[in-house]
Amino acid sequence: MIAFWVLSPLIVLAALGVVLMRRAVHSALLLAVVMISLAVLYLTLDAPFLFAVQIIVYTGAILMLFLFVLMLVGVDAADSTVETIRGQRLLSILGGLVMGTLLVLVVAQISLGTMTGMGVANAGGNIEGLADLLFSRYVLAFEATAALLITAALGAMLLAHRERLDAKEGQRAMAARRMQEYATTGRHLGPLPSPGVYARHNAVDTPALLPDGTPARDSVSRVLAARGTVRSAPALADDIEDVQRTLDGVRGISGGSGGAADTSAGAGHNTENPETRPQGAGHPEGDE
Amino acid sequence: MDDVTPYIVLSTILFTIGSVGVLTRRNAIVVFMCVELMLNACNLALVAFAKQHGNLDGQVAAFFVMVVAAAEVVVGLAIIMTIFRTRRSASVDDASLLKY
Amino acid sequence: MFSLSEGGASIPVVDPVGADGVFSLLWLVIALPLAGAAILLLGGRRTDAWGHWLGTLTAVGSFVLSLVLFVSLTGREEGERQVVQHLYDWMRVGDLTVSIDLLLDPLSVLFLLLITGVGSLIHVYSIGYMEHDPRRRRFFAYLNLFVAAMLMLVLSENYLGLFLGWEGVGLASYLLIGFWQHKPSAAAAAKKAFVVNRVGDIGLSLGIALFFVTFGSTSFTVISANASGASDGVLTALGLLLLLAACGKSAQVPLQSWLLDAMEGPTPVSALIHAATMVTAGVYLVVRSNFVFELAPHAQTAVIVVATVTLLWGAVIGCAKDDIKKALAGSTMSQIGYMMLAAGLGVYGYAFAIFHLITHGFFKANMFLGAGSVMHGMDDDVDMRRYGALRSAMPVTFLTFAMGYLAIIGFPGFSGFWSKDKIIETALIESPVAGVGALIGAGVTGFYMTRLMLMTFFGEKRWKDGVHPHESPSVMTGPLVVLAALSVLGGLLYLGHWIVDWLSPVVGTAPEHEPPVPAIVITLLVLSVVAVGVATAWLLVGKRPVPTTAPQDVSFATRAARADLYGDAINETLVVNPGRHATAGLTRGDRTLVDGLFTGSAGVTAALGGQLRKLQNGFVRSYALSVVGGVVLVVGALLVVNL
Repeated sequence: MIAFWVLSPLIVLAALGVVLMRRAVHSALLLAVVMISLAVLYLTLDAPFLFAVQIIVYTGAILMLFLFVLMLVGVDAADSTVETIRGQRLLSILGGLVMGTLLVLVVAQISLGTMTGMGVANAGGNIEGLADLLFSRYVLAFEATAALLITAALGAMLLAHRERLDAKEGQRAMAARRMQEYATTGRHLGPLPSPGVYARHNAVDTPALLPDGTPARDSVSRVLAARGTVRSAPALADDIEDVQRTLDGVRGISGGSGGAADTSAGAGHNTENPETRPQGAGHPEGDE
Repeated sequence: MDDVTPYIVLSTILFTIGSVGVLTRRNAIVVFMCVELMLNACNLALVAFAKQHGNLDGQVAAFFVMVVAAAEVVVGLAIIMTIFRTRRSASVDDASLLKY
Repeated sequence: MFSLSEGGASIPVVDPVGADGVFSLLWLVIALPLAGAAILLLGGRRTDAWGHWLGTLTAVGSFVLSLVLFVSLTGREEGERQVVQHLYDWMRVGDLTVSIDLLLDPLSVLFLLLITGVGSLIHVYSIGYMEHDPRRRRFFAYLNLFVAAMLMLVLSENYLGLFLGWEGVGLASYLLIGFWQHKPSAAAAAKKAFVVNRVGDIGLSLGIALFFVTFGSTSFTVISANASGASDGVLTALGLLLLLAACGKSAQVPLQSWLLDAMEGPTPVSALIHAATMVTAGVYLVVRSNFVFELAPHAQTAVIVVATVTLLWGAVIGCAKDDIKKALAGSTMSQIGYMMLAAGLGVYGYAFAIFHLITHGFFKANMFLGAGSVMHGMDDDVDMRRYGALRSAMPVTFLTFAMGYLAIIGFPGFSGFWSKDKIIETALIESPVAGVGALIGAGVTGFYMTRLMLMTFFGEKRWKDGVHPHESPSVMTGPLVVLAALSVLGGLLYLGHWIVDWLSPVVGTAPEHEPPVPAIVITLLVLSVVAVGVATAWLLVGKRPVPTTAPQDVSFATRAARADLYGDAINETLVVNPGRHATAGLTRGDRTLVDGLFTGSAGVTAALGGQLRKLQNGFVRSYALSVVGGVVLVVGALLVVNL
């Protein structure tokens, strides 16, 4: 019972959080808390199989699916808190409160008698007992759920499937189109510059620098640019001076060791090339 | 450890929180999560009653609920994806017309 | 063969024997004219050239066959003079089986002879009369159709078959009254006749339904055998319904108004349908249903009242009309009133009703055809004020018409004398009030017929310019001569009480009744009253010049009689206008109340829907909220129940 009293406030708070959090991701994570806590409660209720299934299926599969879809829809989007349907929120909360109160009252009315406990039922092992029931009394329902799962999988595929409207563009056709675009609009023919040419900042949100020191706009994803989370490359380049100074200091202290010379050579190479076009442009991955 | 009433009360509280969430949230995914919350509340009650009665039927029922919930989530999320793809929104209020 | 009525008089039961020998040809009597009508109507213009000959031939063929049947029937024992021929089962619905059975008995065979005989003569006459009509073939087709329907009416062994013929003659009458449909007045008259006849037909159809309900059959055989078992109320209702039917068909008050307008049809039609045969169908119906009327004394009283009113009504109208055909139509109405009176007198009068029906068929057809002949010579002018002094211009027509005239006023020795005298005599004995009415009617008859004769054939010439009266061709005068002879000799039927004895198997035998005064006294009384009428006419019309236009400064009585005693106005006021107003009211009620109820309820529903629609806002969460509301209710109810 200790587990229950410890977990139940946690569960209620997390559940409230699921409802109250503005960001869906936070809701999902709090839901994971609820579910895992519930799994533990199942364990205290002598249902080890359900404990496992709760964690594997719910927390592992279903919640991950939620998160996956959230990523697709937009993980950062926060819901507006303005209620659009007049009276909906007030009535909902009122209705919820009345319903909860009534349910609790109803439960309190019942005298459940003494608890039988799972001692007898789980005598041959919880999983064995469940399997016994599943494959005997509930075999028809079991088969029906199997059919349901297959149907659901097929349905999900059908729903998520997007019909291709025209034929896929072949390599030859793509090459011809690009040449045509270069001839008419002067659009860059080769692959786009890859972001982050600096060894310390090759993250996707850091643009490459053009020879004149300005960031190459094409080198970061349009989505990141739209979200405004692109870092300023020249600003990042500032600390190169410090690094060089540090390196110079090191060189001055330690004299010429091979390793150090290699390092300095690498560093020096980097230092001398802040304005040059990044050499990584030959990499085909920058293509969109 | 001689009474399931606290479990049932917890279950009803969870169920209520879930239903209020369904009613107040507009994001379809969150609504879905609240539905899952309600299902879990029921599962808890089922398992608790299984212990109360000392047989495994409640646990089997809870198991079935999980399986069906999984199928439901798969299809539901696919529907949400489709809606999102056509109207760039996952709000349940936006899908208020039978057509378009 | 006879059942006893409450009054002690015997009511004959229809108990026919099967048809054999020559009687198996009975169906041909109907089939011949029917085939003629079918050929002429379906054959179209191809039959134009010889259609009138075919039509005449089928009618004559029917007549010859009827004659053979009549002779064969006279050769039989009195008890075997009712012959039935089963043709086929017409319909079988539940308990109701209606078969097409033809019944030949002393009553129907007389009708057979009258219909086919007079019909044949009128067919012959029409050959000449309709010579210049481009649609003569169609006219003969309709005439044949009429003859076939009328024969069906009198030959049928059950009321439904009778109804078939009844409606058939109604249709033929409609078609023939409106034969000159290009005249609006003819079309209107046809419609009027049809509509008024429908009122009577309601009576007959309800009567047939009541017959079926009461006796489970419409057959005369069954009904006459079981009639005494029915309750008085039912029998009286049946009698009144049949009387209503008879009123419609026979132009009795209050359904008399169509007959005068029916004169819009060609004159042979007036002679055949609206004088000799069809209008007497009502009399036939009453006589045929004697087993009902004998048991329903109230209905008989109603018949007598209607008949007496009608015979005076028609006579008064006949006095004032200047249109020769309408004067004759008024006379027809009056004479049918006599027949109905006789029929209403029950077993004492049935035979005389039929007797007068036959003699009237002769002399009225004769006079109508004579009137047609006059019109033929006078360029279709019907105004008697423009006639005068025609006796030298058309001697044959004059002489034959005179025979008819003498017959109708009841000149001793002529056919009308025998038949009408017997009716008046019987009426005076059995129902003095009606008898006095009939006596007065006889005087008025003498007046208007004399007036008609004087205005048409005597006095000065009042012809229009350019009119050159001439005698009609022999194809027209031939039938006139034959009918004139019959008008004179029709009284022979009463020789040795032959017709009374002949009909007794059908209508029963009247118990011997000693009149309070000797019959000869009554006869002399009638003759003197008629003489007064004739003399009055002579004084008023014959001694004075007749103005060529009707004087307007006349007494109220004359004005009323000219207006058909306001029969149309009465109908207009009592039936048509209330009906019109009721219809308008119903329409208004339908528009406002019924439609209002419907559109109102629709509006309420729509408004309610408009409000309820707001609940269906498309927001899933609102719907879910209502689900939560439901849950709250359910859980609350659980709690309340458990507390």
